[in-house]
Amino acid sequence: MFHFVLRRLASAVPTLFIVVTISFFLMRFAPGGPFNLERPLPPATMENLMKAYHLDQPLWNQYLQYLKNAVTGDFGPSYIYKDNTIAELIGKGLPYSVELGFYALLLALFGGVIVGTIAALRQNSFLDFLIMSVATIGVTVPNFVVGPVLTLIFAVLLSLLPAGGWGDGSWRFLILPMIALALPQLAVFARLTRGSMIEGLHTDHIRTARAYGLPPRTVVITHAMRGALLPVVSYLAPCAAALLTGSAVVETIFTIPGVGRYFVLGAINRDYTLVMGTVVLVAIFVIVFNLVVDILYGLLDPRVRHD
Amino acid sequence: MTDNKDAVLSVRGLKVDFTTPDGDVNAVKGIDLDVLPGETLAVVGESGSGKSQTMMGIMGLLAQNGRVAGSAKYRGKELVGLSTKALNEVRGSKITMIFQEPMTSLDPLYTIGRQIAEPIVHHKGVSFKQAKVRVLELLKLVGIPEPERRINSYPHEMSGGQRQRVMIAMALANEPDLLIADEPTTALDVTIQAQILDLLRDLQKRFGMAIVLITHDLGVVKHFAERVVVMRRGEVVEKGTIKDIFERPQEDYTKMLLAAEPSGSKSAPEDKAPIMLEGRNVTVDFAIGGGFFTSAHTRFRAVDGVTVRLKQRQTIGIVGESGSGKSTLGRALLRLLPSNGQYHFENKNISGFDRAAMRPLRRELQLVFQDPYGSLSPRQTVGEIITEGLLIHEPQLSRADRDKRAIAALKEVGLDPGARNRYPHEFSGGQRQRIAIARAMILKPKVVILDEPTSALDRSVQGQVIELLRDLQAKHDLSYIFISHDLAVIKAMSDYVIVMKSGKIVEEGQTDDIFDAPQHDYTKTLIGAAFDLD
Amino acid sequence: MTDISTTNIPEKETQGRSLFQLATLRFRRNRAAMAGCVVLFFITLFSFFGPYFLSHTYDQVFPSYVTIPPSLEALPKADTLGDVMAGVASRARVQLKEFAVDGNTFTATIHSDQPIDPRATRYFDRANEFQGTKVAATEDDGKTLKLSGNVNREYFFFGTDANGRDMLARIMLGGQISLAVGFLASLVSLAVGVTYGAISGYIGGRVDNVMMRLIEILYSLPFVFLVVVLVVFFGRSFILIFLVIGAVEWLDMARIVRGQTLALKRREFIGAAQALGLTDWQIIRRHIIPNTIGPVIVFVTVVVPKVILLESFLSFLGLGVQAPLTSWGALISEGANKMQSAPWLLIFPAIFFVVTLFSLNFIGDGLRDALDPKDR
Repeated sequence: MFHFVLRRLASAVPTLFIVVTISFFLMRFAPGGPFNLERPLPPATMENLMKAYHLDQPLWNQYLQYLKNAVTGDFGPSYIYKDNTIAELIGKGLPYSVELGFYALLLALFGGVIVGTIAALRQNSFLDFLIMSVATIGVTVPNFVVGPVLTLIFAVLLSLLPAGGWGDGSWRFLILPMIALALPQLAVFARLTRGSMIEGLHTDHIRTARAYGLPPRTVVITHAMRGALLPVVSYLAPCAAALLTGSAVVETIFTIPGVGRYFVLGAINRDYTLVMGTVVLVAIFVIVFNLVVDILYGLLDPRVRHD
Repeated sequence: MTDNKDAVLSVRGLKVDFTTPDGDVNAVKGIDLDVLPGETLAVVGESGSGKSQTMMGIMGLLAQNGRVAGSAKYRGKELVGLSTKALNEVRGSKITMIFQEPMTSLDPLYTIGRQIAEPIVHHKGVSFKQAKVRVLELLKLVGIPEPERRINSYPHEMSGGQRQRVMIAMALANEPDLLIADEPTTALDVTIQAQILDLLRDLQKRFGMAIVLITHDLGVVKHFAERVVVMRRGEVVEKGTIKDIFERPQEDYTKMLLAAEPSGSKSAPEDKAPIMLEGRNVTVDFAIGGGFFTSAHTRFRAVDGVTVRLKQRQTIGIVGESGSGKSTLGRALLRLLPSNGQYHFENKNISGFDRAAMRPLRRELQLVFQDPYGSLSPRQTVGEIITEGLLIHEPQLSRADRDKRAIAALKEVGLDPGARNRYPHEFSGGQRQRIAIARAMILKPKVVILDEPTSALDRSVQGQVIELLRDLQAKHDLSYIFISHDLAVIKAMSDYVIVMKSGKIVEEGQTDDIFDAPQHDYTKTLIGAAFDLD
Repeated sequence: MTDISTTNIPEKETQGRSLFQLATLRFRRNRAAMAGCVVLFFITLFSFFGPYFLSHTYDQVFPSYVTIPPSLEALPKADTLGDVMAGVASRARVQLKEFAVDGNTFTATIHSDQPIDPRATRYFDRANEFQGTKVAATEDDGKTLKLSGNVNREYFFFGTDANGRDMLARIMLGGQISLAVGFLASLVSLAVGVTYGAISGYIGGRVDNVMMRLIEILYSLPFVFLVVVLVVFFGRSFILIFLVIGAVEWLDMARIVRGQTLALKRREFIGAAQALGLTDWQIIRRHIIPNTIGPVIVFVTVVVPKVILLESFLSFLGLGVQAPLTSWGALISEGANKMQSAPWLLIFPAIFFVVTLFSLNFIGDGLRDALDPKDR
């Protein structure tokens, strides 16, 4: 186990390196640049800017310089938020995104698994139909629709909750963006759980558990659900990575000062360093969560262990 | 017929029906039976006779499309139509069950210790920790070696026989009033079979527990049961005491069952017969204890320097108790797992062959698996399963040709060709085993390793399968390695016997010599246990 | 499990059926799934053949009907027609004396202090509402003209958008694009994801490690730049959109299939297949992939809405389909911005989108059930 984690962490280094390299050059091949504004800058200013940000040097040098700095934790200054380094921007925004994303993940995971299990136990009943219909709407309706609708109902019409902002970080501010973030993922978890629970409930060892008079709750939770969680756990990694790194749409709608918007802003403004920052951020989350999931596989199913 | 007030279980007019896309199937057509306290009632019949479904129906364990009607009273308490909650007070505590399929009846995700403890925890209201002492005791009782270590094993780390013992331990945990045992000793070797049956009888005497024994093994029935119910096509054909049934059977069907003990013997091939498959100094090591959180591997030698030489038309029987390495040896000979040793097939050295090099030879070297259920893919129809080998090894065949071969193969093993369009889970253990044999035979192989191929079969079918295997052997000059714990079958099938213990050969020789004059003590015990039982 | 005797199988079945054929039979019996198929079929017909029965095209602009709510009545209504006529008259700098509508024709009398140039009728034709305006009679030395012409009445069952385009036509077009993107991109993600995941999980070891690290890399790459660079190299095309979306969406699918495969490959029937001499690829194709089908189908029903919405994101970045072309995703995101002022802009495309995905989900669940042999 220890060796396994160590090996995986070691393999993260080349993974990150490849991600950084491809992203770096990919970005530079895209047309446009950070200072190509709608009204072109005077050539002299442009030249100064390019020099200031070392953009006048050959691409290779820039790349090597970036790598060198990145290793020491220096991801350079942002081009659009001129007074901030990337590390500052992400350092400031990330706690908000992670906190919100974490609650959303919990809601999506537990809500989805519970709801999906109920649907599976009542397969083809009205309740199943109802739950799966709501789940379908959850997957279908994009959060740029869910967000405003939630605000409209709870903030504007009912005046129950604030329409946006982080405020003091209490649940009143978090609840609407959390729901908007979690709903589509909750629906995915619910559908995955339902499908594999139905399969799980048909196995022979479930019959054994029933034959031994174990209460239905135990049969379902300890015996059927554990095996059924495999696809849910598989989806956990990309889902967690996506939720914890923030969502541009939800953070914009609810004016949350997270990192989600940097993904879009960085790309649109060709803020190279900001994009690289977000890329590294996502890569780290993806690598860590894939590792977590691979460990979870082993905990969940002993047959997967001896590999 | 009125209820029997004294009975532990009193069944009246019990019907089990299944709704299928092809219409309703009446699996059990209104049967009556009584189980008296402390007695052993054997329910015998061929596969498909409804003997298992009767018990499933009573216990509320039918598949979703199944319905049960009629009456089944446990000590006067009606079980049919009872709520799950009320039924759960009886199930696992007063009435327990042992299932036919030891491979799939245990949850693969939990240690066996936990699974045995579960019914204790739920019915006695103790903690898992408190239950542990009892679990260890039970594991010892059913003959699991090193219970302190094995308590933390997962089902997939145990052999079929050991898993069945775990099931039995689970069934005995709460000292039930009634134990329903569906082919309980089928997967066990004779020495343990006798021990388990003795143990069951012991507990039966101590606690006055009644046993319903569903089996095809008339040897066990005769030795162990007091009364017998013979079932056929969902109906009770005949019932009576052991004496009545064995000495004065009334129905032809019962007579047919009784006559089906394996018989005959096999003569040795000529001395000049070419050697088909040879394995010299076969040694197999397994890494065990390599848990998820510990990377320390201890090595365990499953097969230790065994040499096997199989001639054309020869049948070598390999006997030994579970864990003796006989199944592992079979797989090593087919190069299905990493092993050391020299291997030759038809004078060709195949020692260094990797999987790709072995592939074309697989057609000639077939294996029939011990566990007929686990080895059949749940999402393939029986037709797809048995023709799969043709697809690989005779790709020129058309669909219709393959289908014809499938029909022929199913008929050969005594199955209805209509079975092609159904799924493995719809068949009983015996039927699945026949499917597995059909899958191997359809390829017309030269060497077949049969790993407990008849252990799940009814005696009547067992006789047919043995006949079939003999016919095929004569017709196609086949060579068999026959791995079994059933000495009666080994005696009837093989001309040469290898006795294994702890990965080593303790004794080998011509079948007659081994059975008539065993030299080694272990062999003597084996033979003694087997024929003492009858 | 069930001891049902095999004797009740009708003997007439001489042909061996495969899992797929049996599944088809069972699928047909699932009413919700069949209803889903029918609805999906009609939505497809509506999207692809609807435009042939509609007089408006998706890019036809009706300046007089900007952001009109949906209505079953023909527009303009008789009472508002007078206002429109008055507006036209003032633009033509004439006075409107009389105006009457009779069915699809109108008559109007206009007057001016100076003789009116008969060419002024052009002003009338310029309005969408009027067509073929003719001078019927000239009076008062040309100072008063009697005009007659046809009234153009338009039906906008789904209303119009902010540019005055018929939403019905746009939803049909959006359906064509979204259905095509949804279908093809999910097909790509399905084919690539399932194959990749099954291979990675089955072979395991170093191969698995490398294949999974590759997924991590692809997952981390900046998606927008990937698309931009591809557009630069290959130009903007419909196929490219499918490829790009498919290329992103297969990653999750691959992880899920790999997870299932890791548990499946320890099952005994895989060992039996090896003993039969199947190659790795044959085992993956015949034994691994069919047994991952449950989660795969469920996940496909999740991928379809995702790719349709991802397409709208690409359009938003200027990389997907561009106006006047549109898609459901783009219509929904435009509608979401005007949710309060013009809710029909959101409601109609959303209804089509949701109904389509509902049908797909029922079809998906039906397929899952049909392909699960233990489920009846």
